[in-house]
Amino acid sequence: MKYLRNVATLKLDAERCIGCGVCSTVCPHAVFDIIGKKARIVDKDSCMECGACARNCPACAITVKSGVGCAAGIIAGMLRGTEPACDEGCCG
Amino acid sequence: MKKKYITGSIETKGGEIPTVSTSIDRMDKWGAFKARCSIGRMRYTIRPGLYAAGNPDQDSIVLVSANYKLSFDVLRSSLHGIDAWILVLDTKGINVWCAAGKGTFGTDEIVNRIEQTRLKEIIGHRKLIVPQLGAPGVAAHEVKKHSGFTVIYGPVRASDILSFLENGMVATAEMRKVNFSMRDRSVLVPVEFVMGFKHLVLASVVFFLLAGLHKGGYSTQVALTAGSRSTLILLLAFLTGTIMVPMLLPWLPGRSFSLKGLIAGLILIVVLGVSGFAESNIIESLAWILIVTAISSFTAMNFTGASTYTSLSGVKKEMRIAVPLQITASLTGVTLWIIGRFV
Ligand code: SF4
Ligand code: SF4
Repeated sequence: MKYLRNVATLKLDAERCIGCGVCSTVCPHAVFDIIGKKARIVDKDSCMECGACARNCPACAITVKSGVGCAAGIIAGMLRGTEPACDEGCCG
Repeated sequence: MKKKYITGSIETKGGEIPTVSTSIDRMDKWGAFKARCSIGRMRYTIRPGLYAAGNPDQDSIVLVSANYKLSFDVLRSSLHGIDAWILVLDTKGINVWCAAGKGTFGTDEIVNRIEQTRLKEIIGHRKLIVPQLGAPGVAAHEVKKHSGFTVIYGPVRASDILSFLENGMVATAEMRKVNFSMRDRSVLVPVEFVMGFKHLVLASVVFFLLAGLHKGGYSTQVALTAGSRSTLILLLAFLTGTIMVPMLLPWLPGRSFSLKGLIAGLILIVVLGVSGFAESNIIESLAWILIVTAISSFTAMNFTGASTYTSLSGVKKEMRIAVPLQITASLTGVTLWIIGRFV
């Protein structure tokens, strides 16, 4: 199953990448592959913007605007004027 | 009260550590069922700290978990036959993945919990196995810098832990991936259902009260017959969005959840029409088409939060288009329905 095309905010700066491979280890959707000692985004549309790759990249080569892909969370955030956040409910 | 899953304790250099059972009993299952249905799930926590499974010593592995009892139960029950330490973080009773997203399952909490449990005195090595789904909150290189511990990311599913260990602590590509099977989706349905149900009850009451209106004034008799039928249609639309869409997710056309919900709602309309349940009056039929599709589309859209593949940018994009349409459809639908009472 795949979600909407061309919306993920994921970006990789290949210049900075040191090829440690952590991004491909932590990604739950196999978005990265390590090709020739460098990370490469091979399936950007599968990115769910969880932020695991960016947080664990020791070279700060990855940026992604992470957050919850949750309609109820976005509505709650709008009503409260905060960032989207899940309350109890979806987080089961 | 004594916790049933705690079976005893062992003496260590860092103090007495409780041992836990690696099997799940009836009480655990009942608690899990209640938690899934949103009954007191926020109190379904265990005390953060260090626990022992089997008879671990200073060379045994350390697995990190959340203090949400469901996460903890799944982990301990997958440790049958091995000796291990379980380091339970304080995630305020929230599961690993969601807590990682909020940052409560995170670098600071790991570093602090290592200190508080005197883990360095209890074990000789400096390795932690962290569930992969905790990675959004944990920066492995920061943990190393602040505590000296190396984070090894374990498999996504606790049930793969034994194979992971046998495989020399290397997760296969399959163990790294999040799936979203029929079974995964079905356990999430009750929560969505319970959350939406109170709105459904409220809407039904309003429809019941308004249903009595007709050309000749107000009739309780009409309110009862038209009201029960309205409630039934509302309920069916709600069930379509909260149960049918999640179950048929891969087979419903479209990528956005609101579109899948809209299509499922149209299927329901056709079924209602064919079964002779449709209104005789054209205005009221039109009203129901709008109301049913708005409800099924909206409730289906809410399942994005339970899914494992939607992104923030994607849901925002979907909502920018869908929410105005859902609001317009439901308001127009209700207006038409009221007008329909008088023609
Ligand atoms: S985690 Fe960062 S440095 Fe390591 S391979 Fe991925 S992009 Fe490169
Ligand atoms: S944000 Fe999450 S899903 Fe997207 S590439 Fe990074 S780890 Fe993978």
